[in-house]
Amino acid sequence: MSKHTLSVLVENKPGVLTRIAGLFSRRGFNIDSLAVGPTEHPEVSRMTVVVDVEDLPLEQVTKQLNKLVEVLKVVELERTASVQRAILMVKVRADMQTRSHILETTQLFRAKVVDVAPDAVTIEATGDSDKLEALLRILEPFGIKELVHSGMVAIGRGGRSIIDRSLRSA
Amino acid sequence: MQKVRDHRGSAHRTEEALNRKAVTTVTEGKAPRPGSTPKPSGPTSHSPAAKVPVARVPAVQVTGAQSLVMSLEALGVDTVFGIPGGAILPAYDPLLDSTTVRHILVRHEQGAGHAAEGYASVSGKVGVCMATSGPGATNLVTPIADAYMDSVPIVAITGQVTSRSIGTDAFQEADIRGITMPITKHNYLITDPSAIPRAIAEAFHIAATGRPGPVLVDISKDALQAETTFVWPPKLDLPGYRPVAKPHGKQIREAARLIREARRPVLYVGGGVIRARASEVLAQFVELTQIPVVTTLMARGAVPDSHPLHLGMPGMHGSVAAVTALQKSDLLITLGARFDDRVTGQLSTFAPGAKVIHADIDPAEISKNRVADVPIVGDCKEVISDLIAALSGENEAVRPAAYEDWRVQVAQWKATFPLGYTPHDDETLSPQYVIERIGAISGPESVFVAGVGQHQMWAAQFVRYERPNSWINSGGLGTMGFAVPAAMGAKVAQPARTVWAIDGDGCFQMTNQELATCVINKIPIKVAIINNSSLGMVRQWQTLFYNERYSNTDLHTSHQQVRVPDFVKLAEAYGCVGLRCDSAADVDATIKAAMEVNDVPVVLDFVVHRDAMVWPMVPSGVSNDQIQIARGLTPVWDRED
Repeated sequence: MSKHTLSVLVENKPGVLTRIAGLFSRRGFNIDSLAVGPTEHPEVSRMTVVVDVEDLPLEQVTKQLNKLVEVLKVVELERTASVQRAILMVKVRADMQTRSHILETTQLFRAKVVDVAPDAVTIEATGDSDKLEALLRILEPFGIKELVHSGMVAIGRGGRSIIDRSLRSA
Repeated sequence: MQKVRDHRGSAHRTEEALNRKAVTTVTEGKAPRPGSTPKPSGPTSHSPAAKVPVARVPAVQVTGAQSLVMSLEALGVDTVFGIPGGAILPAYDPLLDSTTVRHILVRHEQGAGHAAEGYASVSGKVGVCMATSGPGATNLVTPIADAYMDSVPIVAITGQVTSRSIGTDAFQEADIRGITMPITKHNYLITDPSAIPRAIAEAFHIAATGRPGPVLVDISKDALQAETTFVWPPKLDLPGYRPVAKPHGKQIREAARLIREARRPVLYVGGGVIRARASEVLAQFVELTQIPVVTTLMARGAVPDSHPLHLGMPGMHGSVAAVTALQKSDLLITLGARFDDRVTGQLSTFAPGAKVIHADIDPAEISKNRVADVPIVGDCKEVISDLIAALSGENEAVRPAAYEDWRVQVAQWKATFPLGYTPHDDETLSPQYVIERIGAISGPESVFVAGVGQHQMWAAQFVRYERPNSWINSGGLGTMGFAVPAAMGAKVAQPARTVWAIDGDGCFQMTNQELATCVINKIPIKVAIINNSSLGMVRQWQTLFYNERYSNTDLHTSHQQVRVPDFVKLAEAYGCVGLRCDSAADVDATIKAAMEVNDVPVVLDFVVHRDAMVWPMVPSGVSNDQIQIARGLTPVWDRED
């Protein structure tokens, strides 16, 4: 199994998220993460889906996605040819003794402290999955009280846009 | 460096095709006020695409319901099968005034859905069914799923509770759009009356083009009641819907090369050839190449059964010649088929020595189950035409002589292992004989519709099909109860043809209420019940795999003179003609008597032997090499003679 990042351009219509999520579950594909948001075109939304599949099932995933009438385009973004980021917010147990260690770790990872309480700090970090996992490994011993992780978003490197051509006719 | 892989469609599709302009405007359409003007011509039988006929209408003020009916009229719809109810009620009022849309009131919404399928399957036009919200809509779920599996173009229109009430668990509320998402090609929930014409036009376009399938349009009651402006033709807005019909030239050339190089090729023909209306061009291809053909359950009739190169049906109950030809082949030329598990048996051992050319209009079917060596995305008719051209060139002509040894071989299998059955010693009726005689007496111009089970397999095996669209059944979903309502729909679409429902005693009891619809609306179908007093196919598996422990398969419909119900009396209660036959000597006379009745439906109760089994058979989950021509009897393959 390997992870693949798909950018899915869809019509911004009600129910389209359900269609995509439903397709994944009924075809037995595992979603690692999913993020949805608007694009520079108000009528188009963009989903970034990270799936954990072999190459052949991946072809099935993309073909089945393409069959959905409201899906405009599906593009796989290779890890090396794209920038992939997720945001993480983590509430870590912190007291007088551990706080400075935690702040040091935060700086090392170029993360930010977004909230401080007498017994905890909340850290915001952005990065690819490797970096965020590494951060969590370091923070774990201090005691993680709460954690929230966004889906991965990704964009291709270079000057080209995946959206241009698919929308020229739309 | 940016490396972006584009996954839309086959890897071989051109950029141009990828970016083909998808916003299409419906061609000019005539949209009369309900009941006011003559019927516009519908799509022709040769063009399943939703060609929206002629003439613009000036904008008029109407209700959403009127706008719905006017849209149907403008699209050339002549028949709607349905049942009214609370939420869809507003639509039924203008329907009463329409002179071009005939509404046929069924007795159960499932019947409406299957009738729409039968109508669509024989005619190639989009079938239409209508139901109210909640239970009306959920009763359509089975036929919608059936149409999805078998790629039948139907549009289901359902009423929904008022938009204010959606999500409140209102009376007769069901989220039918959510429920049918996995089993429709696309679906709509419409709460804005002005969106109705476009949604209906898009639904017809989507249902009929590309790989056909069901589309559901759910319309809230307040949208039907509200005032709106009807404008026709609407502008279709489907930027993400771009079916590819024209195959890629490079793939065609590659396929032609494999065909020239092959020595043991087989045409593996599926239902896509029927839906694409590609039988004629396929016949030309067979004449040109002299390559043996198998036709799947969904493709029976795509090539005449009388054709010497036709080896019959492949799969679990396929002919020995068809199954074996695939197993021993070195090239499968797969046209509109999908390597279903009922065809391949154990996938890993299916056609082990064969390369695969796979042509389908749905890119997702290609390499889904079996990896294709040459994938071709396109309409079967276009694919076959292009292949003929590619194999006719002076330097690239196909040499039918190259396959001569193979033809001799398959002909030998066909001659050695013909389809057959052994009559029983006790003089009870053989179901295969009954079905064989129905086919022979009624003839190839008839339409044969089957339910699901043993009778379906025998009908696929023992009726001789000579033309496409003469065989209709529930192949993918395997829906018991399909036959009676689907036959009804077929008869409505083609009233001049004799339409037979070949049904089982189990199936018949699931949907026989539509006999009332047939009697009242003068739809004289003929129903042959192959009555073995059992859920026969399940019983067959219990015989073979469960030590003859017959758990819950006895239906008490004929065995030992118990008849619950008595099908002849039931037929008569509905106003049909009911006939019973339990001996071989009376079979022809009974069928001929049924052929004489053309004003009301006829129900024939053929009381048959209970233990008849469907052979050949490949047991579930094993290799097709293990095909058995009778219980425990596997042909010996590698004989030297």
